[in-house]
Amino acid sequence: MKKIATGNKAVAEAVKQVQPTVIAAYPITPQTEIVEQIAEFVSSGELKSRYIPVESEHSAMAACIGASITGVRTFTATSSHGLLYMHEMTNWAAGARLPIVMANVNRSIGPGWNIWAEHTDAMQERDTGWLQVYVSSVQEAYDATLMAFRIAEHNDVLLPVMVNLDGFTLSHIMQPLDTVETGDFIPPVQLPHAIDPKNPAGYGGLTGPDQHFKFRWEIERSMRDSVQVIRETEKDFERRFGRKYDFTEDYRCEDADVVIVAMGTLGKEAEVAIDLLRKEGIKAGSIRLRWLRPFPKLNLKGKDIVVIDRDYSFGFGGILAKSIEAQQKTGVYSVIAGLGGQEVTYEDIADFIRKRRIGEEFWFGVNSHV
Amino acid sequence: MYEIRIHSRGGQGGVTAARLLALSAIHDGKYATACPFYGAERRGAPVVSFVRIDDSPIKIYSQIKKPDMVIVLDASVMDVVDVLLGLKEGGKVLVNSTHKKEFAGFSSSHVDLTGIALRENLVVAGGPILNTPVLGALAKMGIISVDSAKKSIREMFSDERNVEAAEAAYQEIQL
Repeated sequence: MKKIATGNKAVAEAVKQVQPTVIAAYPITPQTEIVEQIAEFVSSGELKSRYIPVESEHSAMAACIGASITGVRTFTATSSHGLLYMHEMTNWAAGARLPIVMANVNRSIGPGWNIWAEHTDAMQERDTGWLQVYVSSVQEAYDATLMAFRIAEHNDVLLPVMVNLDGFTLSHIMQPLDTVETGDFIPPVQLPHAIDPKNPAGYGGLTGPDQHFKFRWEIERSMRDSVQVIRETEKDFERRFGRKYDFTEDYRCEDADVVIVAMGTLGKEAEVAIDLLRKEGIKAGSIRLRWLRPFPKLNLKGKDIVVIDRDYSFGFGGILAKSIEAQQKTGVYSVIAGLGGQEVTYEDIADFIRKRRIGEEFWFGVNSHV
Repeated sequence: MYEIRIHSRGGQGGVTAARLLALSAIHDGKYATACPFYGAERRGAPVVSFVRIDDSPIKIYSQIKKPDMVIVLDASVMDVVDVLLGLKEGGKVLVNSTHKKEFAGFSSSHVDLTGIALRENLVVAGGPILNTPVLGALAKMGIISVDSAKKSIREMFSDERNVEAAEAAYQEIQL
């Protein structure tokens, strides 16, 4: 059915489709609409979840952990400071191997107080053991949220998944949305280490150095195994529902001399910049990185690489740029742009590519290109 | 790609107008995105929202700088905002007004949306509803089809007076 929805509403629609047993969340701009819509679905009976309106994000994640360990499906949503407030618990969720799904509406971190799009919030969670996917349209927000449940709950993964969408730029934009009946696409959760609340028992929680080390390795092994699970899930999704997804979305890269790598809505708008450059005779392509964790193996050999970071690691650099430099063992043109919702157009992106200086860092709006 | 900017005041339903317009375009078989500009909005302050309509999926998320058309739901914002900013040469201006506004170099249309809303008794919290009647005017201008306009209104509002108001605007717009 032809619908129109915001990115936030699309996430809520996907959650309604998969019917988590427990949802615990706290509202925060620009995520609030997700929580409101879910509350409406619960109120109308369309969503048969136990909805816990907690007093903080730390409690939201704690409640999801408590529910998930009993072997049920759980969901939460947050943004920015809310995500950072969860940080202790996001580590716990991954370490306890709980397939919690969370939507994070990417927003900058204060101060200065700012409610607009930036990836720094989720980037600060990149080492916690969560899988992370970044989307670029209302439809993709819906599709990725559906797939997140199957991937997280797969027995070869059993790690939490974060679906990231740009604050306002995507969370509040209205686009066409095609909703689907998932049927048996997402099987019921079968958590092998679920506890039985009807038969309570206590175990010592302390793990010595040997065991702890192994638990850490188990997380990494599952992260590596998740590559195949993601691939299978996206292939099956395409087979059933006709929409194709991959670790990256590559655009006109085959014969490109230069490629630009970006995430989220900037990664999509970059395609328009590529069309513009191609008309000028510049052989450019774009790669929209969808999965940040597990980080995909990119094949960029022999091409100039330009990377847009909507984030920054102070004293180090753009996190994506540094990751790609390390993986490709070569320098990139590192563009820092779009922080705090800074307006970046496809014309700006075309300029980043035209005026690239490999090995250097460029702060859009602070530095000039030449 | 056809790009439209809607000027209104906070609380007048400019965002819903953008949504209805985009939905109508989708019903016409096109692709569309509607986006509000989120700044420090408050009731009564001048605000803008945007609609893009195209035959293929829309990849642009940055703001519209050179619109093909500008819709002014509240003519009083023209005292404080340059509604023609960036409007393409020969672009269209639709103003909610009882009389024609002349804009050199642009094609100007007007329709008394406020009068229509008051006549239909479409009033919420003391303010006339402008975002459903404006669809009728846009259908007459050829931006969307009449059928899609009505379908979109009915999907979002159960009160049939909204459709009647759109029909009135379709009849009364002065192109």
